[in-house]
Amino acid sequence: MSQWIYIGLFFIVGLIIPVGAIVMAWMLGPKKPNPIKLSTYECGIETVGDSWVQFKAQYYIFALVFLIFDVETVFLFPWAVKLGQLGLFAVIEGLIFILILVAGLVYTWRKGMLEWA
Amino acid sequence: MSFWNDPLKVAADWLMGILTGWGMPEIAAQILIGFLGILLLISVLMVLDIFLVWVERKVVARFQDRIGPNRLGPFGLIQPFADIIKLMIKEDTTPGGADKVVYNLAPMLSMMSVLILWAVVPLAPTMLGVDLNIGVLYIIAAGAIGTLSIIMAGWASNNKFALIGAFRQVAVMVSFEVPMLATLLIPTILTGSMGTGAIIEKQDIWFFWLAPLGAVIFLIAAIAELGRAPFDMAEGESELVSGYNIEYSGMKFGMFYAGELLHAFTFGGFLAIMFFGGYRFFGLELVSPFLAIAVLLFKAFIGYWLIMWVKYTLLRIRIDHMLAFNWKFLTPLAFVLLMVVALMNALLAGTPTWLYIVGMFLSNVLVAWGALEVARSYSRREREKVEGPKPVVETAQH
Repeated sequence: MSQWIYIGLFFIVGLIIPVGAIVMAWMLGPKKPNPIKLSTYECGIETVGDSWVQFKAQYYIFALVFLIFDVETVFLFPWAVKLGQLGLFAVIEGLIFILILVAGLVYTWRKGMLEWA
Repeated sequence: MSFWNDPLKVAADWLMGILTGWGMPEIAAQILIGFLGILLLISVLMVLDIFLVWVERKVVARFQDRIGPNRLGPFGLIQPFADIIKLMIKEDTTPGGADKVVYNLAPMLSMMSVLILWAVVPLAPTMLGVDLNIGVLYIIAAGAIGTLSIIMAGWASNNKFALIGAFRQVAVMVSFEVPMLATLLIPTILTGSMGTGAIIEKQDIWFFWLAPLGAVIFLIAAIAELGRAPFDMAEGESELVSGYNIEYSGMKFGMFYAGELLHAFTFGGFLAIMFFGGYRFFGLELVSPFLAIAVLLFKAFIGYWLIMWVKYTLLRIRIDHMLAFNWKFLTPLAFVLLMVVALMNALLAGTPTWLYIVGMFLSNVLVAWGALEVARSYSRREREKVEGPKPVVETAQH
């Protein structure tokens, strides 16, 4: 438990340093805003339309595929830790699990979901 | 137990004596000492970060046949301090229409996500910030905050380019996290623990010799995770100006920049820890913890230099090619390698050490060769689709 106190301290100190630097810069720097200065920068051309553009649906699919893999690989970590003690049978079982995982990837691939279209 | 053998413990005991002497409860004193230790580590990291700016600029200059900063101080060493003063006194603008809270939080989180990674970096046999038994998972989880900061910066800036850059960067980061996770499983299998300290202790033989392909995949995935060239889609200067950090200036931009450099250096360190023995170098780490830190930093610098070398040598890859490379080549390869390593590790258990090493090394080389052959034949077929079949030499008609 005490380990996680130190991790918490790391989060706090890790946040204090950048916050300190940014606050110091904010205090030292001049503040003379005007509408032109604060306008959106797009290489000097005036912005057309809304800035929050619609995003490509493909990102969503990649995120979904990633999510499946991410969750499944987290399941693989305990298997990897205990592999030395469990012997060959556990290895084969793990391999079957990974093969099922890869089958999902192959399915996505065959469906053409990995194409950037 | 002298200062030179275990400086942290000696200093901590000394402080503990003083603080409890003042009547402070032991638990509070412990937390205060932990706080001071972490502050010391992070301050050293920030100083290192300042010099990384100089190293980066000097090295890129050499790669591009220039001299680099050389005016301020010997070899331009004071240049980064001039940069900091400039960033400090620069006007801090927040674009109109930006989401102010998220916009200001993003650079802080970007820096924090890198600094907290050092909680599990073993600097020397006796110096390990926090010896988590899930160290490898912690690295991945902490890295995810970096991804979050990028999407926050892109979304809050109220700028099309920033948003597109952030989308691309996040797509790349999450995609390459899959092969990275798979390769991080390899040291875990070989060690039987997720703790970074245990992984180094186990490396009597560098894991690089047991899984060379794993180290290569880890390096590629790390470069993509860092968003550096050839995977720096987010920053595509020629199309997106500067990507997700386009609207940032002053110290907020400085935080993104410094965070990126320190992140690259940290991943150089992780490459050293996972595959190149960390602080271990022929028993040198047992002489003094200071030597161990020097060894680790040296190895981390070599990893960092490799990342820089790749960055300044290769061209930027298009996003669809990059994602196809990841999902259709690197991810299957990483999982095949994982299966081969797990199987070989179980089959070769109990055999003499030399046979174990040779078997592991050769199986890795075999997998790499097979993967490259598959890629080669595929690209040949693709080329023929575009160019048509190779012209057959016409034989004389009779």
